[in-house]
Amino acid sequence: MRGSKRASVVALTAAVALVVAGCGGGDDEDTGGDDKTATGAITIDGTQPEVGLVPANTTETGGGDILDFLWTGLVMYPAGGGDPKNALAESIETTDSQNYTIKIKKGTKFHDGTEVKSKNFVDAWNFAAYSPNGVQNGSFFSDIEGFADVHTEDPDGEGAQKAPQPKTDKMSGLAIVDDYTFTVKLAAPFSIFPTKLGYSAYYPMPDVFFTQGMEAFGKNPIGNGPVKFVSWTDNVEIKLTRFDDYTLEDKVKIKDVTVKLYQEDTAAYADLLAGNLDYMQQIPVSALAGDKWKSDLGDRAIEVDIPVMQLIAFPIYDPKFKNANLRKAISLAINRQEIAEKIFFNTRKPATSWARPGAPGGEGFTCTVCEYKPDEAKQLLQQAGGFTGELVLYYNADASHKEWMEAAANSIKSTLNINVRAEGVPTFAVFRQNINARKMTGPYRAGWQEDFPSAENWFGPLYVTGGSSNDGLYSNAEVDRLYKEGASAATEEAAYAKFAEAMKIVDQEVPSIPIVSVVQQSGTSNKVTGVKANNVGSIDLSTVSLA
Amino acid sequence: MGRYVLRRLLQLIPVFFGTTILIYWLVWSVPGDPFAGKCGERACPDSYVQFMTDKYHLDDPLPVQYFHYMANLLTGDFGQTFGGRDIGEIIAAAYPNTLKLALVALTIEAVIGLTAGVLSGLRRNGFLDNLVLVSTLFLVAIPTFVTGFVLQFLLGVQWKIINPTVSSDAPISELIVPGFVLGSISMAYVARLTRTSIAENSRADYVRTAVAKGLPRRRVVGVHLLRNSLIPVITFLGTDLGSLMGGAIVTEGIFGINGIGREVYRAIVTKEGATVVGIVVVLVMVYLLMNLLVDLLYAALDPRIRYE
Repeated sequence: MRGSKRASVVALTAAVALVVAGCGGGDDEDTGGDDKTATGAITIDGTQPEVGLVPANTTETGGGDILDFLWTGLVMYPAGGGDPKNALAESIETTDSQNYTIKIKKGTKFHDGTEVKSKNFVDAWNFAAYSPNGVQNGSFFSDIEGFADVHTEDPDGEGAQKAPQPKTDKMSGLAIVDDYTFTVKLAAPFSIFPTKLGYSAYYPMPDVFFTQGMEAFGKNPIGNGPVKFVSWTDNVEIKLTRFDDYTLEDKVKIKDVTVKLYQEDTAAYADLLAGNLDYMQQIPVSALAGDKWKSDLGDRAIEVDIPVMQLIAFPIYDPKFKNANLRKAISLAINRQEIAEKIFFNTRKPATSWARPGAPGGEGFTCTVCEYKPDEAKQLLQQAGGFTGELVLYYNADASHKEWMEAAANSIKSTLNINVRAEGVPTFAVFRQNINARKMTGPYRAGWQEDFPSAENWFGPLYVTGGSSNDGLYSNAEVDRLYKEGASAATEEAAYAKFAEAMKIVDQEVPSIPIVSVVQQSGTSNKVTGVKANNVGSIDLSTVSLA
Repeated sequence: MGRYVLRRLLQLIPVFFGTTILIYWLVWSVPGDPFAGKCGERACPDSYVQFMTDKYHLDDPLPVQYFHYMANLLTGDFGQTFGGRDIGEIIAAAYPNTLKLALVALTIEAVIGLTAGVLSGLRRNGFLDNLVLVSTLFLVAIPTFVTGFVLQFLLGVQWKIINPTVSSDAPISELIVPGFVLGSISMAYVARLTRTSIAENSRADYVRTAVAKGLPRRRVVGVHLLRNSLIPVITFLGTDLGSLMGGAIVTEGIFGINGIGREVYRAIVTKEGATVVGIVVVLVMVYLLMNLLVDLLYAALDPRIRYE
């Protein structure tokens, strides 16, 4: 978009390519005169990262997607959501699910030329866990032994007292064996731990990060991934270029990547149609109606399952919703098929499982209460003693949830003959504040995007007592016991068997209601070929070639 | 005249403090904890909330927060967003684009609006007058975002005459279509206002006198009639620059212009008082200075108005 104003599209794309390539600037520009891909540049869409580009401090996708381009973790998650594979890790071994020995591949480099060594992991994890550093992903390290010594909580919540200074800034569970080996001791056995290690919070950090500090580093990040950072103009674009010293599998073939930071997805879509954008991750809702996007894009339209589900969660702390039969009745009264068809134009799939489709280990997570069974629902409501007063479903009104929440409310209303309506809370911040303060007085919208591909992530954080996103305070001793047994099982298979057993109980108690799983609609320009989305739906740069 | 301007400029100081206090207080009273929604569907770690609260003095009472902010502002430091970016830099990067867009819009609405207004005012109830009446009604009835989407789709995607989005440095040539979109509704008002004013004044005594004196029609219309009819239009145009800048958020979004709209919106939603105040204060200043300029233009247009 930095080219001439009025040229034809072809000339324009060429101009963009030239300008972008020029900015990347490299000696090897002459080497690939006949190979368009090796010197080629693409433009993809993104949003302005909320905070500096530091993995431990980023929880939103605008920054998260860029971080995933810039870094390679110990394990990687294949597209489509299968079992994780070792990436930077040579091996991750354990005999008891509590003591892990992690060996990393030799000779891989950060973008500043320094080698990735075991201390880069240990230091990064200690930094993130140390509470005075105040990073958003700090609690991801709570499994590791010694976390409580480096991460203190405010004793009286929001009150006057300050959190005490931690005893030390190093977790006792982390130890460096040699340059390429380190050990992790967990506070309790946890068999899914290796799967977590591909999440961005666990990325290694170069030595310069610890001398520069978060703020300076976040403006000029140095990772170890297949592309390196070039520049970032706020609200405009982030430029990346191929890291030629990258040695792992997922090398990129193209040279330069510009992430254009859009404010409105409709602007990005116009650019996509005009040929100024090579990949758009999520087509705007306005183009989905009537499958307009498919006729606009033809074979350049891509559909891919992404690991996101929309649920409605119960505030179980509210006495009104203590009765499991009532919760079950409400779940059975929702016609998910109709919501998927009429509200989402089939761009969502009706939920049939407590985990998203294809989550590793999620085979036993079947949701029997996700079916639409009006008769059974009425019967259960009677057993629960009916429902008096008004049932209000809450959602945050600053995103497009109104339609499907109202449809769900209507479905419950017409099936159960009770007074139901959906009510919007103005912003996500206010909505979350009420949820965090346990002040919800009715079922509320909850979305869940998995942190890592494992059925555990659809269970542990959501339905185990004290889970990080168990906002409704669901608690069942049997579920907790089975979770603990599964987590400390020797193998992942054994763990998943226990989890499935626990989910059978959850399925009968209905602490929340799975509604739909999300399918992403993306599009590409006709300049690129072979483009695939990765496991979370952003572009897999290693698949891109120029046509 | 000099003393008048000086007095008006001095008046800016209390207005500056008044608006900053008011805006700071308004943003502060927006409900919602700024860090409640930061970490997605899970609560942020306590340590993070604590760290940010300390860093931005959010625990202090409102007057203390405001005092901190003002003390920094007077040394030229606009503060930082919660994301750690300098607000001064954001303003420096985004303001010129919004100002350019608003000026383009203002120019377009002034040129087209005035021409249409004068022509239709002179030939009342003629074909042109009716055409302007219908087309301005049409423009006023369509919301900006509809005009924006339609023009973007037709010119940018369908016919490929323009780029659907504007480049990062927003050159004037690329701002013509967005400027037209932004100024379209005001353009209709300018046309209607000019038409009424011209129609009314063309029956005034001084116009009859000028005609009776035998002055050429061009001079009667261009100097005697237009100059007097412009006063209400100039008032409208002057204050409109401020509203165009403040109201550019929709247009900026559609055409992907890196302006102040998106920052203000983001800052209000995330309760970043410092960002909102920084951007809005500059907007208030533009508004006040434009008002002063309009007042001075009155004197130039109407010899009966003198400032002492």
